[in-house]
Amino acid sequence: MADSDVILLDLWISVFGARVRIALAEKGVKYEYREEKLDDKSPLLLEMNPVHKKIPVLIHHGKPVCESNIIVQYIDETWHANSPPLLPSDPYLRAQARFWADFVDKKIYEGAKKIWTTKGEEQEAAKKEFMDVLKVLEGQLGEKPYLVGESFGFADIAMIPFCIWFYTLNKIGNMNIEKECPKLAAWVKRCMERESVTKSLPDAHKFYELVLEMQKKKGQ
Amino acid sequence: MAKESEIKLLGTIASSYVNRVQFALNLKSINYEYIEEDLANKSKLLFTSNPVYKRVPVLIHGDKSICESQVILEYLDDIQPDSHPLLPPAPLDRANCRFWASYIDTKFFPLYDEMRRTRRQAGKEAIKEQMIEATRLLEEALIKSSNGKAYFGGDEIGFLDVMLGSCIRWMKFIDDLNDFDTFDEVRVPELGKWAKNISSHEALKSATPDKETLDVFFAGANAHRPPYDD
Repeated sequence: MADSDVILLDLWISVFGARVRIALAEKGVKYEYREEKLDDKSPLLLEMNPVHKKIPVLIHHGKPVCESNIIVQYIDETWHANSPPLLPSDPYLRAQARFWADFVDKKIYEGAKKIWTTKGEEQEAAKKEFMDVLKVLEGQLGEKPYLVGESFGFADIAMIPFCIWFYTLNKIGNMNIEKECPKLAAWVKRCMERESVTKSLPDAHKFYELVLEMQKKKGQ
Repeated sequence: MAKESEIKLLGTIASSYVNRVQFALNLKSINYEYIEEDLANKSKLLFTSNPVYKRVPVLIHGDKSICESQVILEYLDDIQPDSHPLLPPAPLDRANCRFWASYIDTKFFPLYDEMRRTRRQAGKEAIKEQMIEATRLLEEALIKSSNGKAYFGGDEIGFLDVMLGSCIRWMKFIDDLNDFDTFDEVRVPELGKWAKNISSHEALKSATPDKETLDVFFAGANAHRPPYDD
């Protein structure tokens, strides 16, 4: 497939964009990457995602696909002939994969953000709540190598970009995520052995600097 | 075809999310055993089958449990793909269905609980504006995906018809308390027609409790309103 057939509107720092980059890399799909500016959104982005005006947006043969978890499923279904499959073939395991990808969407982003946007008691409560969420994932991993069974897939792709936030959360929240969740830490290491993951994730330290900048601007 | 004893649905009367799953089970002619949960006194079965969220609906298939209504709908499509498929076959159309399903559950339907928790008129008017915008977008989506036919899914009831159709009754309940009509046929003619049409479909009607049960439920819901946010 020619490069111009697949365009990704994205932001280098976005965990949601990273999900799509990982999926495209897993499937070996060539694409054109276009960096968006949040404070100066391109006409193409506004045209392709008029409802949410957000990245990532995958544009395939001129048609947009929006929302990162939806894009990942689209990639799996469209390039189903390319291995590996991103979702299992067993219906129950597929349901598990969707459940956990949805869990990450519901619980991780807002939960983590609260930690670096609050202080004092509010922050302590946010930290506890977030650790409880991570412990659920820790429990789901159990003795398994990946979140749903033996293979890296949809649920792992949904969660792994957030690992670059752990450095920031540990520093700002005075936490030690890896110590509290050793199975999750081992799972992160395992996922980071995949080129698709290491090539797609932004640098954890750069993210930390960005959050510090953001806090300074808000006078925190 | 799944045997009746094989599939159980844990639910509560008048939960839109439970009705959503029942609607899908009815369309696919899947026999199941319905188990009513008392949310004030949750059963051991609910805790063990949905340890993460501890809420309904939960589909129990043999020794496996599947949670979250949209996940259940896709599971039903996976186990019975030939019996009234809900999602369309093409990846782009499937992505479109999932997009609007996500919009309905994260942006549109929550407005109704928000309305219920809002006391001041200014707040209510602001929420109504959001409801108007949401129905405007869904009207457009319906026109695009129905291709002139009766449903989001075209000739047949599809994924979005089930996702949104199951919400109509609760939306109407909140509408009636707030001098609003979500599916006003003047404001959103196609969506209004669609809502009337789908509400009378047997597979949804039979997933909806009878008027007496609903009246009791809604009276209870009115008496035990959640605390106001404002």
